[in-house]
Order: sequence, then structure tokens, then C-alpha cells
Amino acid sequence: MVASLRGSAAVVGVGLTEFTGLPGMNHMEIMARAVERAILDAGIQKNEIDGIFSANFVELLTPLTVAEYFGLNPTYMDGTNTGGSVFVNSMQSAAAALHLGLCNVALICYGSNSATGPFTHPPAMHTVEDIYKPRNPITPYALAAARHMHEYGTTKEQLAEVAVSARKWAQLNPAATMRDPLTVEDVMTARMIVDPLGLLDCCLVSDGGAAMIMVRSDRAKDFPKKPVYMLGVGSRTDHNLISAMPNLCVTPAKAAAAAAFAMAGVTPADIDVVELYDAFTINTILFLEDMGFCQKGEGGHFVSNGNIAPGGSLPVNTNGGGLSCVHPGMYGMFLMIEAVQQLRGECGERQVDGAKLAACNGNGGFLASQVTAIFGTEDTL
Amino acid sequence: MDKNKSDTGQPGPLQVFEDHVSQGEFRIQQCKDCGSHVFYPRYLCNHCGSSELKWVEVSGRGIVYSTSVVRRKPERGGDYNIALIDLEEGPRMMSRVMDVDPDQVTIGMAVSAHIGLIDDKPAVVFYNKEQGDKEW
Ligand SMILES: [Zn+2]
Repeated sequence: MVASLRGSAAVVGVGLTEFTGLPGMNHMEIMARAVERAILDAGIQKNEIDGIFSANFVELLTPLTVAEYFGLNPTYMDGTNTGGSVFVNSMQSAAAALHLGLCNVALICYGSNSATGPFTHPPAMHTVEDIYKPRNPITPYALAAARHMHEYGTTKEQLAEVAVSARKWAQLNPAATMRDPLTVEDVMTARMIVDPLGLLDCCLVSDGGAAMIMVRSDRAKDFPKKPVYMLGVGSRTDHNLISAMPNLCVTPAKAAAAAAFAMAGVTPADIDVVELYDAFTINTILFLEDMGFCQKGEGGHFVSNGNIAPGGSLPVNTNGGGLSCVHPGMYGMFLMIEAVQQLRGECGERQVDGAKLAACNGNGGFLASQVTAIFGTEDTL
Repeated sequence: MDKNKSDTGQPGPLQVFEDHVSQGEFRIQQCKDCGSHVFYPRYLCNHCGSSELKWVEVSGRGIVYSTSVVRRKPERGGDYNIALIDLEEGPRMMSRVMDVDPDQVTIGMAVSAHIGLIDDKPAVVFYNKEQGDKEW
């Protein structure tokens, strides 16, 4: 049944804001800046948008706010919140809604002023973990890293290789926030935050907005840019609290990616470019393993010696990732947009030559929500 | 201490658990239908869906599944441990190992539960096994 979503929808417009220099703008204003650019990219009028997919960490009724803000009367809205993975999840919902005709032009959008705005958050449910004061979100990922190091001998140096590779990609991306040279030693000697994760094992805190416009594939060629097709998607979760995660070394990305690859009818070996939610260095290692780019436990070895950096065997996080490009709190949108731009061939110095298939994995909560998406160019349909 | 589900106006399972801890007791739930131990406290068994959950004593023995150190300035109270403990009964819980330097807690370490204080509030914490027995 889900196989029918393969190739059913396409991305026809994307928009990104700057990632710094937006002080004084609230999250909606930053979002609007991205939406304006996505509308322009897709060559549509804003009133053509009839599906809204939006979530953030600062308010509860986001789709209503978005509809009102842009003066829209959508026929379909989705404000599901699965944390940072949400927009990859939204992409699945948008594809389904488009397929069923519940909407015709889907807008997925996000804005955040995490770096320069006041920190606000809706109240969270009280849990049995609260009294121990984990430093969330870092502690859960540190616990996963410690367990991975214990089970598979993964080292601090291998974690550092992830950060260094991300930085090398960022150095090829003029829009990336952090572009200064970075060494493994710099990462390993950075101030410890939550052992075993140091400051440079942790993602940025950025401002930033991102927006994406999707339509049914039968209309995809009516828009100015080269369409990028959704070939597969899978969304899974197995916990919310880190203490409820069955196995800290195997995330729900294993099942999510298996579903996405099965729908797309491709394997990890076919993928040209990979965009993973690297909130922390351990993420990249876990997701490469869980998605099948290497064996479980071999992720640390896989990311070493520049293997995922420019010039390596597998281009991973080609914009510089959450570690060096941008991380406004919910990064899932940014990794999909990087995949789209790679498949369009718009990425300049960091362009992966001839990229036709991209795999994305969005991560939400504390390794809790994993949503894998496979995108392809027209000739992969 | 079984909750009576026919009664409204009773505290929910999370409150009951925290009341036990305040009284110096560490109890978790066990499902009468499937026998699974359940933690954190729930209204429905997360294994079989039954609402027939009873409060039971636990051995207090556990093994460190993973561990980390939150780095904090000395003037703010200093570093502290956060660990995930696999209880002998099966469930895993977050806690702190209190009697070992935070960065000397190791995965696989045997620990035992005590009712201790964190910021003056009662909490289930753990001690390295060799240094003390069950104390609630
Ligand atoms: Zn049960």
C-alpha cells in the first residue's frame, strides 16, 4: 500500500534564510523570509498553497499561526511535533495528503531565533527523570556515546573525525556558520560538557528559517526548477525518555531506513549523498550504521581517515551539518533542502558530481523519532 | 498499596511512586496479567496493555548500563553523575551513582538502590555495590 507513494510527490521549491545576522526577528519573521524564497523558487503565488505542515519548539498551534500569518485558508494542516525530525515526517504526511488530494500545494516551513531570541518552551510533562537533572538534550546523547564506546570500542578520536569532516564540508559552503579550520585534536581537547561529549561534539545553536514546497509528481515539471522526487520514506520511534530506549546503540533509524529503502527500491550502496541529523557527533556514527552504510559497530572506523569528508568514499552532511552549518533547534528541514539542492546540482564547490540519489535521516527527541527519506532525480523514477 | 481503579480521586501511578520514595520506599509496578515489571509507573502495562498493575518491592540490585558526567562549575555544585541502571527485575531507570567519583562510574558496575537526597528532595539513587546494602 505505502509503495504507491514512491515517486508520487516532488519538491519544486526550497528557501533558506541566512543563519546569522537575524537579531530582532522573531521565529515567524524568520520563517516568512524562508517562505518568500521558497515561493519565488517554485514560481507560485502564495495563495496556491493549500497544505500547511509546520512545527517548532516555542508555540503549540503552529499551523494556525502560519495560516494566519501568510493569509492562507488551507484545506489540510499538520502540526505534528516529533522534535527535530519533524519536517522529514511532515514530508511523509505531505506526500500522503497530496496523493489523496487533500491538498495540492504543500508548504513545509520552519523558523527559529534560537541564537538571538528569548528562550521559551511550552511546559513539558513531569517525568521520573527530572529529579536527576540530566542536561538535556546533551546527556541522552552522551549516554548513547558512552555505551557505543563500551560495546564497540568507538573512540573520542572517531567522534572527533565526524566534527572535522562536517567542518571540511562547511568550508566549501559559503552559507555555513563555522568555516575556520578544525583538527581532531581541537575537538578532543575542547571543554567537556557531558562526558564523553565535549563542546565541539555538540551542534551549533543558530537562528534560521527553511521552507519547502511539494506537489504531486504529475505537475512537477510545470515549475521552473528541476523537480526532486520523493522515492521512499519511513518513520519510526521506540521511546521518548532516554531511559526507555531499548538499546542505546540501535536507533529507530534502522527500521525507518529499511522502510524507506524498501519503498524506494534502492540500497545504501546506490546512494550518492547522505544528509544525517548530526546534533552530536555520535549521531552520524549511529545513523550510518543503522541505515546500513556500514555494519553495526563499525561506524567509528567508517568515519575515520576522511571517509565522509570531501574526497572521501561517501559524502555525508555536505552543507556542514548541524555541527558546522546551522542548527536552529529542529534541523530536519535543512538536511532535506541540502539533499534537494545537491540533486538539482546547485551546490557549487561542495557539489557531489552527478548526484542522483540522496538519503536523509531526521532525528527527533533523544534519538527517539527517526525519519528516513530517499530523494531522487527524474531518471531515478 | 494497590491502587483501586474503581475509585476516582486517587493519586495516579506516578504520584504513588513518588509518595513511596518520600516515605523511604522504592517500589515499582508488576503486571498481574503478563508478569512483567513496569517502570516508569504507568496506568497500563507497556508490555501487554493490562491495567492490572500492582506495586512490588524490588531487590534494589542493578547494573550500570551507561554513564555520563554533567560538568558543572564547583560554585554551582560541581560535576555529577547521570547513569542508566538496569534493575534486576528488568526495567531500566535513570539515576545517579553517588559514592564513586562521577567519572569513575563504569558500565557494567554493580550498584544498589538507596533513598537519597538530590537538592534536598528524596530520590532513588545508587551506590557501588561493595559499599553498602539495600537501605530502604
Ligand atoms: Zn502486562
